[in-house]
Amino acid sequence: MVKSSIDPILSGERMALARLLTEVENDSPAARRTLDELFPHTGKAHLIGVTGAPGTGKSSLVNQIALHYRRADAANPNRVAIVAVDPTSPFTGGAVLGDRVRMRDLSGDPGVFIRSMASRGSLGGLAQATAGMVQVFDAAGFEIILIETVGAGQTEVDIARLAHTTLVVESPGLGDDIQAIKAGILEIADILVINKADLPGVDNAESALRGMLSLARPVENLIHHGQVMSVPETESQEDSQWEPPLLRTIATDGTGVEELLAAIDQHALHLRRTGGWKQRERARLEAELQTLLTETLVEEFRARIPIKHYTALVEKLVQRKLSPNEAVKLLLKGKA
Amino acid sequence: MSERKIRVLVAKPGLDGHDRGAKVVARALRDAGMEVIYTGLRQTPEMIAEAAMQEDVDVVGLSILSGAHMALIPRIMELLKVNGQERVKVFVGGIIPDEDCPRLKEIGVTAIYGPGAPIEKIVNDIRLALKPSK
Repeated sequence: MVKSSIDPILSGERMALARLLTEVENDSPAARRTLDELFPHTGKAHLIGVTGAPGTGKSSLVNQIALHYRRADAANPNRVAIVAVDPTSPFTGGAVLGDRVRMRDLSGDPGVFIRSMASRGSLGGLAQATAGMVQVFDAAGFEIILIETVGAGQTEVDIARLAHTTLVVESPGLGDDIQAIKAGILEIADILVINKADLPGVDNAESALRGMLSLARPVENLIHHGQVMSVPETESQEDSQWEPPLLRTIATDGTGVEELLAAIDQHALHLRRTGGWKQRERARLEAELQTLLTETLVEEFRARIPIKHYTALVEKLVQRKLSPNEAVKLLLKGKA
Repeated sequence: MSERKIRVLVAKPGLDGHDRGAKVVARALRDAGMEVIYTGLRQTPEMIAEAAMQEDVDVVGLSILSGAHMALIPRIMELLKVNGQERVKVFVGGIIPDEDCPRLKEIGVTAIYGPGAPIEKIVNDIRLALKPSK
């Protein structure tokens, strides 16, 4: 691939885009070079993460969100990209990626591009190449990028680092209020969605989650019981602090999705007004640099150590002659 | 992480509602280490070609029990070509009368499987079909 390889991407050629995504997913040297070239064209899209336990209706909700974004501004409709991650089998390395099944409403729309990807061993709810894929879509001019994580429960919080706005999707009847007070996934929510709001138990689910949300912000809650949003007295604070709204949706028929879109847009506005947008971008890029640096250093360092030395060292660990800590010190000193 | 995975789209074109076979094949290909994109029932040729393009798959597997294969498959082959995916290997499973097979092979279908076809054979055939082009 030479210099002009990014032109088809920038001009929105879909097959070229699809092929580049494959290269990025496989982390080929050509893809790395192309990503370098595309990088100056990125930073324009609104990245929206959608996470939550398996079976809460994430794919159906993504389908609805995309549909509504396409319709929102008829004169100048947003282009929507969807990256849907499903788990790779830890035993065979294979995967069944089934998120498209719920997204058939979007087919035939040239302003939508759906890409399924397997997690390929990553444990944070995304795949290693997800960030790269998102960059490609961003450079290709998609204004809205929806990132659906694998069915995630408690610690799969990588999405919060990647996305500007993170939706955590819950549904009635999943776990009790103890689940709600555990650390992790609820903490990363910019917007909480109770999907399948037509099922029994929705009121219980909502009160458990609302209780949880109010605990996270005890001061305001003392003053304004239950009124999470748009309380006049907190307007000064609203500038710096975002109160995650709690919304009900029924993704199968689109109920509540319009309100959800309004909340997403409001969150983007809030981030831009308070500088949070730049902050998140900065944190994300710094984390990316950190990861890449670590990978590259380890790779280069390992390449310089003869495999024999390395296995001999491991053998010493097994025999308890060295601790892992001591082994690292020896390696760094070049004495192993 | 640069190991190249085989990506397969498993789709059910047309109107019959029986996807047990397609799901069994999807699962078997998964167990063979492939990444299978499953699109569900009642897909039009346009939907299938679009998904194959967006997902940049190596293989498209079609399951057809309705008897409409001679209408659906040529259209899918044509659309794949229009999108620049003539290299994609197309496999067909289902109820396909013997006399239709030569015509389907002629328009580029790689292999056709009837009821009872051993899964291992399908897996091997896919691997073989992709070998020379890699």
